[in-house]
Amino acid sequence: MPAPAQRRIIFQHIDEPGYSNDLACYVKHGGYEVMKRAYARPPAELVEEVKKSGLRGRGGAGFPCGVKWSLLDRKSGKPIYLVVNADESEPGTFKDRYIMHQDPHQLIEGIMITCFANNVKQAYIYIRGEFPHGARILEKAIAEARAANFVGPNVLGSGYGCEIYVHRGAGAYICGEETGLIESLEGKRPYPRIKPPYFPAVLGLYQCPTIVNNVETLCHVKYIAEVGGEAFARIGTPNNTGTRILCVSGHVQKPGYYEFEVGKITMGQLLNEVCGGPLPGRTFKAVIPGGSSAKILKFGERFKGKRKVGTEMVDYDWAVEDVPMDFDSLGMIGTMGGSGGVIVMDDTVNMVEALANINAFYAHESCGQCTPCREGSLWMKKISSRMVHGDARPEDGQLLKSVADQIAGRTICAFGEACAWPTQSYVAKFGDEFKGYADAKKTAQPAATTLV
Amino acid sequence: MIAPAKPELVTVNIDGKEIAVPKGMNVIEAARQVGVDVPHYCYHPKLTIVGNCRMCLIEMGMPAVDPATKAPVMDPATGKQKINWIPRPQIGCATNASAGLHIRTQTPQVKDCREGVMEFLLINHPLDCPICDQAGECKLQEQSTGYGRGYSRFIEQKNVKPKRTLLGPRVMLDDERCILCSRCIRFAKEIAKDDVLGFIDRGSYSTLTCYPGKKLENNYSLNTVDICPVGALTSTDFRFKMRVWFLKQTNSIDPESSVGANTVAWSREGVIYRLTPRRNDEVNDTWMADSGRVLYKAVTAADRLTAVKVNGADSALDIAVHAAGELFKSAAGAVAIVGSGRSSVEEQFLTKKLATALSASTHLVSRVGPGDKILVSADRNPNVRGALVTGLIPALPAAQLTALGAAIDAGKVKTIISVGEDLFAAGLNATQLAKVAVVYLGTQANATSEAAKVVLPTLTVFEKSGTFVNQQFRLQKFLKVVPGASGATDDLVVLAKLVAATGGTVPSDLNPLWKVLAAEVPALGPVTFANLPETGLLLDATPWAALPFVEGETLHFKPAAQPAAVTA
Repeated sequence: MPAPAQRRIIFQHIDEPGYSNDLACYVKHGGYEVMKRAYARPPAELVEEVKKSGLRGRGGAGFPCGVKWSLLDRKSGKPIYLVVNADESEPGTFKDRYIMHQDPHQLIEGIMITCFANNVKQAYIYIRGEFPHGARILEKAIAEARAANFVGPNVLGSGYGCEIYVHRGAGAYICGEETGLIESLEGKRPYPRIKPPYFPAVLGLYQCPTIVNNVETLCHVKYIAEVGGEAFARIGTPNNTGTRILCVSGHVQKPGYYEFEVGKITMGQLLNEVCGGPLPGRTFKAVIPGGSSAKILKFGERFKGKRKVGTEMVDYDWAVEDVPMDFDSLGMIGTMGGSGGVIVMDDTVNMVEALANINAFYAHESCGQCTPCREGSLWMKKISSRMVHGDARPEDGQLLKSVADQIAGRTICAFGEACAWPTQSYVAKFGDEFKGYADAKKTAQPAATTLV
Repeated sequence: MIAPAKPELVTVNIDGKEIAVPKGMNVIEAARQVGVDVPHYCYHPKLTIVGNCRMCLIEMGMPAVDPATKAPVMDPATGKQKINWIPRPQIGCATNASAGLHIRTQTPQVKDCREGVMEFLLINHPLDCPICDQAGECKLQEQSTGYGRGYSRFIEQKNVKPKRTLLGPRVMLDDERCILCSRCIRFAKEIAKDDVLGFIDRGSYSTLTCYPGKKLENNYSLNTVDICPVGALTSTDFRFKMRVWFLKQTNSIDPESSVGANTVAWSREGVIYRLTPRRNDEVNDTWMADSGRVLYKAVTAADRLTAVKVNGADSALDIAVHAAGELFKSAAGAVAIVGSGRSSVEEQFLTKKLATALSASTHLVSRVGPGDKILVSADRNPNVRGALVTGLIPALPAAQLTALGAAIDAGKVKTIISVGEDLFAAGLNATQLAKVAVVYLGTQANATSEAAKVVLPTLTVFEKSGTFVNQQFRLQKFLKVVPGASGATDDLVVLAKLVAATGGTVPSDLNPLWKVLAAEVPALGPVTFANLPETGLLLDATPWAALPFVEGETLHFKPAAQPAAVTA
C-alpha cells in the first residue's frame, strides 16, 4: 500500500520559500484571524471544542489535552498559569524548534487562545537553553504581537489581558519534565515534584493551578479553534486524532520531519517510502519510534494480539513495518509514540555501543534527586561504557537489565522509565549481542570515540 | 488552654491490620502505630516530605467502587469489598491516610524495591564503617541487615567526592558517605531559617555543600548531624571520641534557657561524651541548640569547685556546715538568701525551707538575653517558674540585686547564702560584699566563691536528678547521668544539712522529699517524682498568669501577652 500524502497543518508554512517569521508575513497568511473569532466566543466553548477534538499531548506522554484542562482547579481563587514546554530535549526530536524558528506567531496565537479559554493572565514559554536563536525569535515575535495588541493588557480591545514571557533554561533534560520545569521556572533546581500532591493542575507554578502544554500541542489548539473539535477529530484515527510531526533521524536516505495524520501511516511506509529506505547496501536493524527513551523495535520481530477497531476486537499480527504510527498502536506493542522522534539504526550499528551512548546521555541528565535513577543511571552507564571501552563480560547484559528493572516504576518522575526502558528493551531484544560483545569487539572496526 | 480540635479518624488497613488514624497521617507513621516498620531515609517527621530516597515504597490499594453507581464492588471469594491495588509501588511518606486505604509492606515487590534502593545507595558509598563515627547508629547499616545483599555486584569505579569538608565550626562533611536525602538542607531552611546548604552538580555526582561564601554556623547546626541518617555529617566535638554502642543514654533537660529542651546525655564510665535532643512534640520537637550541647563540659571544667573551704582553707562538709550555722546565729535576723533559677524545683523548695528557718529574705538572680525565637528563650534561667511554684520568690526577679545591695548598705544583712550565683555579676559591689559573710553553694569557681567564708561544692545538672518548670509551666525531670565529682555533694544534701544546722529537718532524698512537696506545694499536689511522664507535665499556671514574663515566642510557645519588659 502506498504511503498517504503528508498533511501539513502545523508545518503548513515550514520551509515555504518566502515565508518569514515576522508578524506581517503571518498576518498576510491569515494569522490571528482564528484568535479574533475565538475571542468572540465564550471561553468554556473553546475548552469544549478541545475536549471534543480528542487532542492528545504531543510532548511525549500523549495525555488528552482537554482532560488536562478540565483537571484545573478553577475554584481556588488563585491565578491560573500556562507554561509552554519548549524544552524539546528528547534525543531524536526536532519539531518544536522549527515551529519556533519559522512560525513563532502560530505558537503565540495558540497560546493566546489557550489562555483566553482557561482565563490565564500570564503565560511562560520555557525554552531550552540550547535554543538561544529560538528564544530571540520568540522575544521578537512577542514584541511584534504586543505592538499589534495580540498580546498585552487589553487584547484586541476585548478587555482581556494576558502577557507572555520567555524563560530560557540552562541546559538540562529534566527541565522537560513538567514539574521539574516548574521548579526551574521558579528559580530552583529542577527537581521534579512528588505527585501526589503536586499535580500542576492544582499545585503548579508558585503553587497555583497551571497548564503545562507542549509547543506542538498548542499549535493544534489553534487549529482546533479554527476548524472545531469535531472536524479535528475526523483527522487521523479514533482516539489518535489530528496530525503528528514525525522526526526521522539515523540511517535512512531522507531523514527529516514529516507531518501525517495520526495512525494513517505505518512504520514501513514512513521509513521505506517517505524516507527513501535504508542507505545503499544496508538493511534496517532497529528503530526507536518515539524519542531515545522509547523501547526499541527490532526489525524481524512480530507483534500479535487483539485490538479494538471501531467497536469490535480484531486480531493483529504485525511486523515492525506494519505498525501504525499512533499512540495506541505503539503502546500496544510495548513501546510509545513519545515525542515523535523516530531513530533508525541499520545493520552497521552495534547495539551495545548504541546503548552505551544512550546510557551516557541519561546518566548525565539524571537530576540526582531520587535514589534509583540517580545511582542506577550512572551504574548502567559505567557498565556499558566498560563494555565498550574496557572488558565486557558475558553476564553484563543481564546485570544491566537487572539494574534497569530496579529503576523503572520506582522514581519520582518518568525519567526512571526513560533511562530504564532503553536498557530493558535492548537487552531483551539483542541479548546475544550483549553476550557475545567481548568476542565481537576483537574483530570489530576501530573503537568508537570515548563517550562523554 | 483551648483543647485542640479532634482530628477526623479514618480506618486504614496495614498488612491486614485495621487501625483508626487521623485522616492525612502518612503511611510511615500509621504503620508505626500497628508496629509495622517502614524503612526510610529522607523522611523526617518534623521536616517537609520530599520522597527522594524511595526506601519507603509500599503497595497501596483502595476499595473498589463501581464508577457508575458508586456502589462497592464485592469480591465473591472473600465476601469483602474488592481492593484495587495500584501496580506501581507508592512512597509511604507521601501517601496519606484516607478512609479504606489498604497498604501492604511485606510483599515480594516491596522487598525487591527496598533491596534495590539499598543496593543503589551502597554502590558509591565508601563502606568505611570501621572508621565512621555513625557506625552503630547508621540507617544504612540498620537497613542493610534487612535488605542488603552481603556482596556487591558493582565492579566499576566508585565516584570520588570531597572528604573532610568543614561546613561550619561544628559540622564536618564527608560527601562520599552522603546519600543525598536532603534532610540537612530542609532543616537549615525550614527549622533553623538559615538557608545555607544545597546540592551542586547533578545525578550521582550531586554534592552537598554550603552556598558560596556561607557557612553552616547557626546555633542549630548540630541538629543536621543528628538527623543525618548516615555518617556524612559528623560533629567536630564528638568525632572519633567514642563508639556509640558503648554509651549509656540518660534523659536530661537542657538548662540553658526556660525552653527546657529535652535531651539525652550519652556517657560511659562516668564521662559524658555528647548531648543530643530527645523528642518532645510539645517542647522542642527533635531539636536543640548547639549552645546547649557543650554544657556537659562544665562537669570536668578547670574551674570546677571540688574542695569544701572555710575561710579559704580546705575543710570537711560537716565542719563547713557547722561554720555556716555559726554565721547564721551571729547574724540572726540579718541573713539573706540568693536563690537560683538554675536550681531544681526540689532545691528551690529546700532553699525556701532554709529561708523560713532563718527568717531570711529571698532573692533570685535574673538572666535575660535575646531570645532566638526557636529554642533559646529570653529567660536564660531554666527554672524561674520553679521558684515561683515553690514560693521561693513571690514575683519575678529584678534585673539586678539592687534591693539586696541597699539592705547591705543599710546594715540589715550580715550573711548571704548564695546558691551558685556570682553576686558580683548580679550587681553587688566589692564594698557591699566586704560587709557580709558569704556562704556559697556552687559548682564553678567565681569571684563570689573566692570571697566566700564558706564554700560548699555541689553538683551540676548532669550529676543529680531533679525537675525544672519550663516557660510553659511544664514540669520536666532530668536524671543523674554520671556520678558527682569527688569533693562535691548533692545540693539537696547540702541544703538539708544547712536546714539541720538551724534545728529543722527536711528529707534530702528525692522520693521522701516529693511527699513533702506534694503536701505543701499546691501546684505539685498530684505529682510524684517517679510517675512524672518523660515528656513532662503541664502545671496550672493561673496563679502567675499576670506576671510579666520576659519570654517572647519560641517553638511551641507563645507568651500570653507581650510583656512590657521586652519593649522597654
